[in-house]
Amino acid sequence: MADTKAKPGLLLDIRNLRIEATVFPPGEPPKNIVLVHDVSLTLEKGKVLGLIGESGAGKSTIGLSSMGYGRGGVRITGGEVILNGRDILKGGKDGFRKLRGREVCYVAQSAAAAFNPAHRLMDQVVEATLLHGTATRAEAEKRAVALFKKLSLPNPETIGERFPHQVSGGQLQRVMTAMALCSEPDLIVFDEPTTALDVTTQIDVLAAIKDAIRDTHVAALYITHDLAVVAQVSDEIMVLRHGRLVEWGGTRQIIKEPRQEYTNALVSVHEIEHAEQKPGTAPFLSVKNITAAYGGSHIKVLKNVSVDIYPGQTLAVVGESGSGKSTLARAITGLLPPEQGTVTFDGRPLANRLADRPKEDLRQLQMIYQMADVAMNPRQTVGTIIGRPLEFYFGMRGRERDKRVAELLDKIEMGKGFSDRYPAELSGGQKQRVCIARSLAAKPKLIICDEVTSALDPLVANGILKLLLDLQKEENVAYLFITHDLATVKSIADSIAVMYRGEVVRYGPKSKVLAPPFDAYTDLLLSSVPEMEIGWLEKAIKGRRMASAGN
Amino acid sequence: MLDIKRIPIPALIGIILTTLFVLAAVFAPWIAPHGNGEIVGDVWEPMSAAHLLGTDNLGRDLLSRMIYGARITLFIAVLATALSFSLGAILGFSAAVFGGWFDTLLSRLVDLLMSIPTLIMGLVVLSVLPTNLVTLILVMGILDSTRVYRLSRAVAVDINVMDYVEAAKLRGEGSGWIIFREILPNALSPLVSELGLRFIYAVLFLSTLSFLGLGVQPPDADWGGMVKENKDGIVFGIAAALIPAAAIALLAISVNLVADWVLNRTTSLKGGRG
Repeated sequence: MADTKAKPGLLLDIRNLRIEATVFPPGEPPKNIVLVHDVSLTLEKGKVLGLIGESGAGKSTIGLSSMGYGRGGVRITGGEVILNGRDILKGGKDGFRKLRGREVCYVAQSAAAAFNPAHRLMDQVVEATLLHGTATRAEAEKRAVALFKKLSLPNPETIGERFPHQVSGGQLQRVMTAMALCSEPDLIVFDEPTTALDVTTQIDVLAAIKDAIRDTHVAALYITHDLAVVAQVSDEIMVLRHGRLVEWGGTRQIIKEPRQEYTNALVSVHEIEHAEQKPGTAPFLSVKNITAAYGGSHIKVLKNVSVDIYPGQTLAVVGESGSGKSTLARAITGLLPPEQGTVTFDGRPLANRLADRPKEDLRQLQMIYQMADVAMNPRQTVGTIIGRPLEFYFGMRGRERDKRVAELLDKIEMGKGFSDRYPAELSGGQKQRVCIARSLAAKPKLIICDEVTSALDPLVANGILKLLLDLQKEENVAYLFITHDLATVKSIADSIAVMYRGEVVRYGPKSKVLAPPFDAYTDLLLSSVPEMEIGWLEKAIKGRRMASAGN
Repeated sequence: MLDIKRIPIPALIGIILTTLFVLAAVFAPWIAPHGNGEIVGDVWEPMSAAHLLGTDNLGRDLLSRMIYGARITLFIAVLATALSFSLGAILGFSAAVFGGWFDTLLSRLVDLLMSIPTLIMGLVVLSVLPTNLVTLILVMGILDSTRVYRLSRAVAVDINVMDYVEAAKLRGEGSGWIIFREILPNALSPLVSELGLRFIYAVLFLSTLSFLGLGVQPPDADWGGMVKENKDGIVFGIAAALIPAAAIALLAISVNLVADWVLNRTTSLKGGRG
């Protein structure tokens, strides 16, 4: 490899980076595992490099190595990290202290968890600048206010006086970007800065980050698992898998002409063909004029909502956080008894309260949760988790039950050996599959899926969606599919209800809902879904008719 | 499943010592060289081949007294702890699951009991009621259960809002399944660590009561009572009072070593097999 130190404009040069960690499997001697296998990358001043890959690909680990940091016992064991012409790994602790927050800054995924809730925003934004003594407090605050303005935060002069809980998630993420930019670093590491946000908020944050990068000429490593997002902000993209480099190239080349099979799989991941089924003659579950509220009817979260679900079909409920879509599920299941309105099931009204419903009604309505790891009792084995509904609803015991559990495991494409495992021994996708099996075990007519794929990597999520569609064909089960991800909706829904602030603003068969003319909110929602196209972000911002509610 | 070689050394020490205490307690009449109340020598004889730990304030064999004392001490402490845990945990879990007036009523009742210092409460109740084993165990168990109630309610409130408990409720499970199969296994870790502590508190509480003359009545004696009997000897340089005290300390340590180990195993989410 040619000596690149002399090359002008080169900011970061990582050579043959090897990162290891020690794992302590109980009952076995501790062993070393290699997380990152000799990855090299270079980044020029003012450029943005996107690092993408699924969980465990080592993208965050590589990103953090640019500031010489190993998270949770992770060690950098080989290679060089050359920043501004010197190998930072040789600088020792003092060197790191001078570097972090001065030359390299970090923007974390969950801004809500990364801010100290007990300090005002301004104090945290200027902290690094003051520590490194590069500016006086007055200068730093002036710079911060200018950054707040640039990141189009509301009330830039006074927002610094607020505490973290007093601003929204999207705003907090932008404040964090301001914090990173405040000490005028050469490099910023963005670690999934928009993953936890709604699509409608994501687009604002994305645009703000992009403008800020352009105006300050800072270089950035942008880490994400969403290729469409990274295509908007980066100049180059690096695809990683299992700690190894898969492909590295210009943004256009990666998304238009991927050379590796894995990249191709990532690029084409969202496309599942699903032909819409025509609504049948009679819905088996219909929700009529439901109004529900938390805290004794003060805060109405559902206003006069009516939807119908037909046998063997999927109704998708879409909307941003706080639109009431999960509350609708709670009202249908009886967890939150509605104040007005009725839920009719098979021609008879369902009791409002969960406690008043007979076992048979409970069996017919099953639910799958967003977070599969908290939806399963960590102290029960997979066999118990799937077998319990069989015992409970059908009185199956012993061998008969085990046989059925094995069948169900087979249905979710998992082997028989899994039935003795505990949830902690499963991967994220496997956990969600077990939850699906648990709900299928009851042989329900309707499964409510509450954001079941949002916590998963795109490829894994894709597998889950395909499984759900296959199972629907086999078992003729209907889904009420709650999501904020419109790509998911397109691939699974037969009919769609768009919710906004507790009301259904648009409802009908998929082909009608997704065809113009749109109302303002559906338009915003649709146009906010990142598309794998360069320049989409600017087009989308320009074409918007209303601001998102979360802003 | 359980491999002896994989038990860490501290836990092994704890298990061996605790087992020795239990064996001594169970087989007291066969192990003890002399009877419990038998006067076999002079007052406060030093340690000798005939009397391994010497004799006590009345000339009884101290080793035999210790062995019989272990029986009474462990019996009362184990039963009182068992009572406080079953009562406290079940009521605490129920309060968390049912909520509403049931929770409020129980919690205020517990507040009421806890507002009176345990020792004073115990003294008052025991001086009114006839002092026998049953009242002793009941009083100790009920007073201690208030602490267990607080802990288990706090733990269960957190678990009760988890999605898997909601899933069980949606399935239509009764409160029995929810309390014993969903909440209890997940609340076990804090409860086990509390169990180790509570057991020792029970031993100490019993010793305190006996020391004050309201616990086990002579001629029987638990270790705390034996400290009291021999306390005057300390002035004359006689170590007889220190031996039961040391036994209490040793029991405390060994039980907690075992509890720590059980705690380590129960915190594993992979069934302890990794």
